Amino acid sequence: MTDWINVIVQGVLVGGLYAMFAAGLSLIFGVMRLVNIAHGDLIVLAAYLALVTTQSLGLDPLSAMLIVVPLMAAIGYALQWFVLNRTLGDDLLPPLLVTFGLSVIIQNTLQELFTADPQKLQAGAIEVASLSVVEGINIGVLPLLQFALAVIVIAALQLVFYRTALGRAFRATADDSAVAQLMGLDNRHVFALAMALSLAVVAIAGVLLAVRANFDPTIGPARLIFGFEAVIIGGLGSLWGTLAGGIMLGVAQAIGAKLDPGWQILAGHLAFLVVLAIRPQGLFSKVQG
Amino acid sequence: MNVRFSDRPARVTLASVAVALIALAAAPWWGGRDDLRLLAEIYAYVALASLWNLLAGYAGLVSVGQQAYVGLGAYLLFALTILLGVPPLIAIPLAGVIAALLSLPVAALIFRLRGHYFAIGTWIVAEVFRLLASQVSVLGGGSGTSLPVGIVTSIAGTRQTREFLIYWIALTLMVAILIAIVLLLRSRYGLALRAIRDNELAAQSNGVNVTRVKLIVYVITALGTAMVGALIFLQKLRISPDAAFSVNDWTAFVIFITVIGGIGRVEGPIVGTLVFFLLRQFLADLGTIYLIMLGVVAIVVMLKAPKGLWGLVVEHFGFQLFPLERRVVLTPTVRPRESGDPDKM
Repeated sequence: MTDWINVIVQGVLVGGLYAMFAAGLSLIFGVMRLVNIAHGDLIVLAAYLALVTTQSLGLDPLSAMLIVVPLMAAIGYALQWFVLNRTLGDDLLPPLLVTFGLSVIIQNTLQELFTADPQKLQAGAIEVASLSVVEGINIGVLPLLQFALAVIVIAALQLVFYRTALGRAFRATADDSAVAQLMGLDNRHVFALAMALSLAVVAIAGVLLAVRANFDPTIGPARLIFGFEAVIIGGLGSLWGTLAGGIMLGVAQAIGAKLDPGWQILAGHLAFLVVLAIRPQGLFSKVQG
Repeated sequence: MNVRFSDRPARVTLASVAVALIALAAAPWWGGRDDLRLLAEIYAYVALASLWNLLAGYAGLVSVGQQAYVGLGAYLLFALTILLGVPPLIAIPLAGVIAALLSLPVAALIFRLRGHYFAIGTWIVAEVFRLLASQVSVLGGGSGTSLPVGIVTSIAGTRQTREFLIYWIALTLMVAILIAIVLLLRSRYGLALRAIRDNELAAQSNGVNVTRVKLIVYVITALGTAMVGALIFLQKLRISPDAAFSVNDWTAFVIFITVIGGIGRVEGPIVGTLVFFLLRQFLADLGTIYLIMLGVVAIVVMLKAPKGLWGLVVEHFGFQLFPLERRVVLTPTVRPRESGDPDKM
């Protein structure tokens, strides 16, 4: 019994990470109807940036975020301004194909630079520290910290979206970009800011991923898929729903892994497909998909 | 006034295409073993890219998960021949039919996702297929399996006859797929597809059953892609989940080929494949870097010349290889009931 409780707790905590993958994805989809297929590879890119920062400057992973997050945000702004803004329009193909191309480029460039060997960020003693809640049920300090960070990031995004001028610009552009432009907003700038914010979240997620487990250049697409599944399970347009979606995905994977190690990822996909079959608008949806 | 498909230049080029096909069919007599292998690979990519082009360029179903059907076809071939003793050459079309049937429930699920989300949905389906394939222990699980010698020799007695036979099947399959696509586009479904591509809402309101047309295209694409997948792995003689469901091999290359050649035109994938293999002959040593370069070129083409190389040709010369575009022909005396013209709309 405590075995299963431990499994579920692990799943919930991993779910926070998935929710962070998802938050960046749904943010840019919400603002500019763009699905960034390179999202997962950008997460891996952030992980490698953290690796380089910690190794060259001797920083610990958390302080490395102070460098990686602004750097990724800058990359996001530039990427949107110089490349992705040119692809936006009525046609679905250009943004999809360009971000798909970016995904292949990032993945293979990382492979050229860092080889395919798995890497990991070392976080020191905190990695193995754990709290015993009740007899037999242990919660790792690091996963708990990561989950707390995920909740903070989602709460912060919620605040930015609904309580700030920037959030108002995002929502206005999402509702009707032409009218927003008439009101004096520069769409290109708003989109670039949205991508910068998205990649800032990606950077945090990437660093946490790098501390939590081994990573190599090829794992990006799977992170994109986890994030996407969390978005759909949770329901489009709801940040807290995305957190719930991430948690459900994490729990499904943990249960699958407990039954048979080969079933971990598959169980997550099946949970996604079941939600898609039964309730395609997601569990906590505000808008129609 | 009349609306026709064909014009004289198209008929002339069709004649030269026929001559080229006869030359290719005779390849076993003028080419070596390596030539045949290369040509068969080219045919497979022309077929895969043409099918993806039909799906994404015409039906607007942008899939980044067609490796699902390449791998499914390949695994069905191995399962049918090894486990059920079906002769390999019968297993190829059979794999296509089974894949087409399986694509129906898949479509029922992922058609719930629109546009961009559909793309990622197709990727998840491909991942599910790959993970399931690695659970099939009778076919070697995660590490895969080889086609037993007995099955290989059952195709034909000598190695040479076998290679010739597979070469001709590859050529026939590509030609059949291209003809099927051209016929589909010339039918009323072709008109519906163009209407959907230009404006889905307007097409719907003019009586086009958008979902039905898209479903038909999705199933046809699954059928063709699975047969090509089965044939590719019949040549390789070895299968593994990672090779059969490879995103790079069966989707990234295919998408880059189509985008560079010209998406939304039947000629595009053919031109793209030729460019792809021409470049590969020179740059093969670069490995990963070749893939990166191809990605960069595809992005530049998408941004600067979204109609691809063939689009540029058409813009400059108004030339087309396949008679698909409907042209208005003005005649001085309008005869509404002109007889015996099957092309008339």
